[in-house]
Amino acid sequence: MSDLHAETVMIEGHDGDEIEAYLARPVGDGPRGGVVVIHHLPGYDRGTKEIVRRFAELGYDALMPNLYWREAPGAAPDDAAATVRAQGGVPDERLIGDVAGAAANLRSLPTSNGKVGVIGYCSGGRQSVLAACNVDLDAAVDCYGAFVVGTPPEGFPLRVTNLVDQLPNLRAPLLGLFGKEDSYPSPEQVAELDEILTANDKPHEFHSYDDAGHAFFAVERPSYRVAAANDGWERIEAFFNTHLGG
Amino acid sequence: MCTYATVRTTLEGSAKGPDSRWFHVTDGTIYFDHPVHAMTEHTLNIDFADPARGPSARVAVELTAASARNLIAAIEAALESAPVEISR
Repeated sequence: MSDLHAETVMIEGHDGDEIEAYLARPVGDGPRGGVVVIHHLPGYDRGTKEIVRRFAELGYDALMPNLYWREAPGAAPDDAAATVRAQGGVPDERLIGDVAGAAANLRSLPTSNGKVGVIGYCSGGRQSVLAACNVDLDAAVDCYGAFVVGTPPEGFPLRVTNLVDQLPNLRAPLLGLFGKEDSYPSPEQVAELDEILTANDKPHEFHSYDDAGHAFFAVERPSYRVAAANDGWERIEAFFNTHLGG
Repeated sequence: MCTYATVRTTLEGSAKGPDSRWFHVTDGTIYFDHPVHAMTEHTLNIDFADPARGPSARVAVELTAASARNLIAAIEAALESAPVEISR
């Protein structure tokens, strides 16, 4: 296991806004790749910071922007998430700008090899794909993001749209990790996304797990599934090693 | 799933929140989504809040769907049990 250093930093996000971010880096010289971690809807929380540190332990400079910093600077993660939800959520344009800022920050590190990937969980899975359609990234991982494809149910008071019209612009290879018992995204929606990416000649690799639903990576929740999560982490390691290594 | 669904309403009242202090409640946010604390995949969540006092001025509850429906019935029963002239 590698030694690492983790700290809170300020980075330049969308529109030049200064926002908080959590940075974890292996101790020692590079060059090495970078990973932008997009937190889930419940926020910039302890569980997601653990994920950031795990990427540093795996040998990457990892950075997670606090997507809720503007509305709730310094607030507890659950209070920040509630505040942003009440105000309508994170606009897609701002998410793209924040991920672009995080990627630029990682590439500016003296240890950078110039390659940066993105990973997101839950709502962050959709945002990972969104970022990879709009930002210069080298790899993207979507962990059970809903509404990458699919139409929200009628009467559903959603503010989110699917990404079907953006998928032809996907700029990076995509790893998708899904639970077969999930309804959003459902196995049918995962299959639809697979077909769209294949039709557009976009490199991608999908794995769907039995006995797993949504949020199977979340170790502190009853949805955690150890077999799916362990295999998923191995897939992520291999995928990033291929696309961010060297 | 993250439902993203969020229903907002204005409220007028008080709640006892952080540090056991009462505060004026102006807003309610209601959504069916992942809980932070309850040990089930989805819950009906209600935030009683005063956004003017900042993100921490919030009382949060996370209820199973069945208990949320029980709560609705209990609230209606309590309101109906009161004389109409004081519970309009």
